[in-house]
Amino acid sequence: MTDSAVAVIRAGALTTVQDLGRPGHAHLGVPRSGALDRPAALLANRLVGNGTSAAVLETTLTGCALRPRRTLTAAVTGAHCSVTVDGRPAAWGAPVRVPAGALLDIGHARAGVRSYVALSGGVAAEPVLGSRSTDLLSGLGPAPLADGTVLPLGVAGGPYARVDTAPQPRPPVELVLRVTLGPRADWCTHEALKTLTTRAYRVSPASNRIGLRTEGPPLERAIPGELPSEGLVSGAVQVPPDGRPVVFLADHPTTGGYPVVAVVREADLWAAAQAVPGTPVRFVL
Amino acid sequence: MSAAHTGPDGGRAAAHGAADRPRLTTRLVGEHALLVELDSGSAVEALHAALLERREAGSLPPVREIVPAARTVLLDGVHDPRALAADLPSWDVPAQPAPARDTVELPVRYDGPDLAEVAALWGVPVDEVARIHAATEFRVAFCGFAPGFGYLTGLPERYATPRRATPRTSVPPGSVALAGPYTGVYPRSSPGGWQLIGTTDAVLWDHTRVPAALLAPGTRVRFVPAGPAVRP
Repeated sequence: MTDSAVAVIRAGALTTVQDLGRPGHAHLGVPRSGALDRPAALLANRLVGNGTSAAVLETTLTGCALRPRRTLTAAVTGAHCSVTVDGRPAAWGAPVRVPAGALLDIGHARAGVRSYVALSGGVAAEPVLGSRSTDLLSGLGPAPLADGTVLPLGVAGGPYARVDTAPQPRPPVELVLRVTLGPRADWCTHEALKTLTTRAYRVSPASNRIGLRTEGPPLERAIPGELPSEGLVSGAVQVPPDGRPVVFLADHPTTGGYPVVAVVREADLWAAAQAVPGTPVRFVL
Repeated sequence: MSAAHTGPDGGRAAAHGAADRPRLTTRLVGEHALLVELDSGSAVEALHAALLERREAGSLPPVREIVPAARTVLLDGVHDPRALAADLPSWDVPAQPAPARDTVELPVRYDGPDLAEVAALWGVPVDEVARIHAATEFRVAFCGFAPGFGYLTGLPERYATPRRATPRTSVPPGSVALAGPYTGVYPRSSPGGWQLIGTTDAVLWDHTRVPAALLAPGTRVRFVPAGPAVRP
């Protein structure tokens, strides 16, 4: 291992390596994967002078702590949290200099779910099918971080951004997901579609990178059973047998047999990555 | 309120006497995807082949994913799915797709724990399951479930096999299995409810290999009986 590496001192609840994912392989059963809050990941890379395809770390609720072996620039975006370097407060949402051997600690999320940690040069884990993203559904890409994991870093490229703080959206107090109906809206009753688009749901604690699960009034099916398996997209609102809609996120399966009654606009999906369990959800046409 | 996007002429492009025009229904999937529904697995195969040819030739608008499935082809990451939906019914799609490229031969030992149950379901002696299965030319209809897992069609309808009432918590990698009209091979250990009839040593998925997946939609597959399992 060269000095261009970072040691994981505290992995946190679930910290994974993410980039923009591995599109183009869905026909082989390979999910797209990639950062769940893509704008936050892109911003973190921009702040440290990385290219858009550099791999960052995606934390889940409890942050992580890292000790780089070389001096680097880091930036933490996404879920709002404390950032310290060797115990001294540092900026969230701005470039931070981390000397070689110093401890970069990303604290628990104060608002939102997932923080993104960009390191100058990017995380240079071994790519799989052109991407370094951890895919939790199919187990492709680097394993989730563990205490003691050492990750290689790439060569730092451009200069870091000269900003004090970069503007970022606040995590949603209420998650409003604009949808278009279909392709299988006819598998639910008219009443159920009205329920979906008028009643309030909440983010279920069972949500993960595969899907945002919801709690709320179950949707009644007009047609029982399963469809022959068909391709799925990110943002698909699937109705499983319990009738509670699931919104598919980056690590979703590539095919499935439960009906997809609506699809969330891509621009609204990033906020879904930051909605803590219990957040009210509204699906609007 | 209808979920199905109906194209300019009502969406269903019924064959107007033109046998080489696909009967298809198009459904919009959000803003950037299109689900094309066909009435048979072979029509899916034909359209999928035509889509790949057009993409190769540069005559298909840019599309991120082309995902065939049992009765549908999903086109995801399309700039203007409505325009594509309007254009599709005018395509000439040969009913019989281009002849198969290579056939992949998978060595198999018919030693699965569900062989007897499958034989009973099929109403044949146990030996016959292996004979019938090995005599079948399979085709990868589509992939899913896990990277490298193909849904293989080819068995006659009367050999459709129900899933196990209780799925196994762990199916060993290389298990050759049946469910519904499909045969599949588990690329890695996972829970599963398919009926296990055999084992192969073929590596279905290896991300360090090019291509990573041994089976892709359209691949022809034959199971070649290998000797009895060598048990250490």
